[in-house]
Amino acid sequence: MQIEVTVNGKPAVWEVDNDAMLAETLRTHGFLSVRKGCDTSCCGLCTVWLDGKPVLSCTVLSFRAQGRQITTIEGLQPQAEEFARILAAEGAEQCGYCSPGFIMTVLALKQEISNPSEADIIHYLTGNLCRCTGYLGQMRAIKKYLGVA
Amino acid sequence: MKWVGKPIAKTDALAIATGRPVYTDDLSVPNTLVIKLLRSPHAFARIKAIDTIAAAKLAGVECILTYRDVPGVRFTQAGQSYPEPSPYDRLILEDLVRYVGDEVAIIAAVDEKTALRAMELIKVEYEVLAPVLDFETAHEHPSTVHPESDLYCHFDIGMDQLNNIVASQNIEKGDVEAELARCEVVVEDTYYTQAQAHAMMETYRAFSYLDHTGRLVVITSTQIPFHVRRKLSRALEIPAGKIRVIKPRIGGGFGGKQTAAAEIFPAIVTLKTGKPAKLIYERQETFTCTSSRHAMRLKVRLGADRQGYIRAVDIQGLSDTGAYGDHASTVFGVVGEKTLPLYNKTKAVRFTGRVVYTNKMPAGALRGYGATQGAFALESAVNKLAAELHMDPAELRLKNIIRAGETCLTYGGKLLGSSSLDRCIAQGKKLIGWDEKYPRREMGQSKVRGIGMAVTMQGSGVAGVDTASIEIRLNDDGNYTLLTGSTDMGTGSDTILAQMAAEVLDTSLDRIIVHAADTDISPYDPGSYASSTTYVTGMAVVKAATDLKQQIIAKAAAFLETPPEEVAFDGQTLRTLAGDREISLEKLAELLVLGIGKSQLTAYATHGSNISPPPFIAGFAEVEVDWETGKVELIDYVAVVDCGTVMNANLARIQAEGGLVQGIGMALYEDVRYDDKGRMATDSFMQYKIPCRQDIGQVRVQFEESYEPTGPFGAKSLGEVVINTPSPAIAHAVYNAVGVSITSLPITPEKVFRGLGNR
Ligand code: FES
Ligand code: FES
Repeated sequence: MQIEVTVNGKPAVWEVDNDAMLAETLRTHGFLSVRKGCDTSCCGLCTVWLDGKPVLSCTVLSFRAQGRQITTIEGLQPQAEEFARILAAEGAEQCGYCSPGFIMTVLALKQEISNPSEADIIHYLTGNLCRCTGYLGQMRAIKKYLGVA
Repeated sequence: MKWVGKPIAKTDALAIATGRPVYTDDLSVPNTLVIKLLRSPHAFARIKAIDTIAAAKLAGVECILTYRDVPGVRFTQAGQSYPEPSPYDRLILEDLVRYVGDEVAIIAAVDEKTALRAMELIKVEYEVLAPVLDFETAHEHPSTVHPESDLYCHFDIGMDQLNNIVASQNIEKGDVEAELARCEVVVEDTYYTQAQAHAMMETYRAFSYLDHTGRLVVITSTQIPFHVRRKLSRALEIPAGKIRVIKPRIGGGFGGKQTAAAEIFPAIVTLKTGKPAKLIYERQETFTCTSSRHAMRLKVRLGADRQGYIRAVDIQGLSDTGAYGDHASTVFGVVGEKTLPLYNKTKAVRFTGRVVYTNKMPAGALRGYGATQGAFALESAVNKLAAELHMDPAELRLKNIIRAGETCLTYGGKLLGSSSLDRCIAQGKKLIGWDEKYPRREMGQSKVRGIGMAVTMQGSGVAGVDTASIEIRLNDDGNYTLLTGSTDMGTGSDTILAQMAAEVLDTSLDRIIVHAADTDISPYDPGSYASSTTYVTGMAVVKAATDLKQQIIAKAAAFLETPPEEVAFDGQTLRTLAGDREISLEKLAELLVLGIGKSQLTAYATHGSNISPPPFIAGFAEVEVDWETGKVELIDYVAVVDCGTVMNANLARIQAEGGLVQGIGMALYEDVRYDDKGRMATDSFMQYKIPCRQDIGQVRVQFEESYEPTGPFGAKSLGEVVINTPSPAIAHAVYNAVGVSITSLPITPEKVFRGLGNR
């Protein structure tokens, strides 16, 4: 079927299979920042925004994006870079494979919750797994980025 | 020092963090064939018949390969230097399948859907055999996992093929039995460590094509590009010179990608079809059909005198290698190598035992590589000994640990070059509040808190075996290119190597371009494993950079018409000592490639080490145990690390934190489990629990630097040692809290609860 979407601000018309998932569709169309780490909605790597809200694109059927706004990290480069610099200064990205999904969630957190506590941050990001860093450095980076103690 | 030790961000940090296309699958081209593997549903079976006709006829199917279509030479997937100590015990495809998930057929089609549809059309008839599932009875089992007559070992690893024994070990110094008989206190227990999954976020994958000259190019997420090339050459029966292996950015490895699990399949499809092909493992395949940590049973006996000097250590092990013997003997060997030297007041030590084949997914290399298993057993026993002696476990260790300048029974007279383990213990005690909190504090509401500890050691590189090389060039613009075959899998090793080169060459990091891991271009490196990159490859960097610097000075001297001793080089400008003439590095670089008879400066160096200096760590855990449910919550974890000189403060800290959390996962949750048919029950992140943000309490890391005389700038390794202490330290904390001694991992609430009932 055909869907009309807006990706990172640009309209697009895509031909997708009925059972296609958004993560694959995005990759097929060159949005290679979208990564998958599981096939069971467990890891958060595939996080993108649909109408500004984070979703797990590995389990969103592509046709559900019909008429909606999709945002990937390619569309948020300045913001992503700002946070990535803090993350890197902390040494808190290792393989980086989890980073795009993680950063998409951090940026969404920033929009959604002002002045979050550590517990809020952990709660918001629990679905984003990372096997390399042990999360502690990510937390230090998030706190610096959000300016919370 | 300007660069070494500084908290410098990784050179590739922004690209990887912001989602640039730098990983294997990002680099595949359109119209690449997609590969799916048909896998065995049985733990042990012989293929009687396989019918692929209908599948092959399906539109879009490019090729289907079965055991009849592949070369018949056995090889090993284990990434080790040639001659590999792992047995050549597998074929690309075979008519005997040895675990649930073993490959039966390779299907390549225009897209994933077609490949999957074709898979359904393949009909296989199996003769189901009785599988060997329990590693404790594997050697007596009537079934033989590897009955083939062409299995090959390069050297004697103690194999007894027909009895499912892949390797045996027997190291004994002194007379252990006699010594134990003399000891006033002897403790004994049997410990079980489970299979653990690597669970790196990027699953296994590889992509291949033929280049314009017909050579096979394989782009793969691997820790071992040069070993992969050799394996492909052997298994596919084509010369290594016809193969090029490229490693892009890797999404995590942890030793898993030291086993070549994926590359062979796209490679053979590309050879057969002439077309690009890629294989991307699903998460489930990554869990079930690659490798895990070797599960082990370790029986430990420790003997000591009343003063608390450990006089005898005896460890008897049994290791489960699963269906293939990748890393079987070497992981097992490390159990002994990294436990027996730790306490050196001994008069006799022994490590003996064997590794068995079973019909389960093969085990392989995983961070810690046997030292992890050994540390759980040995440290648990040491904690038990402390309880028996009514001695503070920290004091007991301080009495017995090996110190710099000392030797031990298994070192053959060699002296330990560096250690700050005593300081690590002292510092860790302070940080965790040992003296106030040991052993337990009642918290009310059925909760009690206990603290526990463990120490451990690892190595730095494989002594006497692995050699790494480095090439550094002075480019025509005055920048440098550092060529390495080592593989940064996220640890920042590319950055750390560049820091070392920048230090020697007195230049800035941005003037060093690191080019890593393309077998056509990079100098040979065994790859990144065994905690070797900083120590072994790093030393090659220091040698090459030092050589290049001398060459630069010599060339400048010629231009300045003065002897080289009269030239000072500050990294940018070369001046005569008198200060009357100078030339900039940039100008020199330009002149060196201009005109005839000139040549670009390049330095090449190689380094291997006859010793593998151990980094050390002291780990301290505080847990809260619920009397009513047996639930264990980690409250605080303190680790104090001796990795020699810290090369990059931030990267080191994250490396340590990440490894500790992986160790905490192993201690408390992670467990690769099989059902009674040999099917893996923990094949997704729903069943296999790696720690998430909520699972880790406070984890604190500090470094107590020492100076390793044989390492670059005094450095040792760090990557592996950090995973070893959580299991024994947390088990000890649970014991101190509620008196339940957990001897099998992971430490689940059920085990604690049952232990409470038995008290
Ligand atoms: S890939 Fe979507 S949650 Fe893991
Ligand atoms: S940095 Fe590797 S998984 Fe998060």
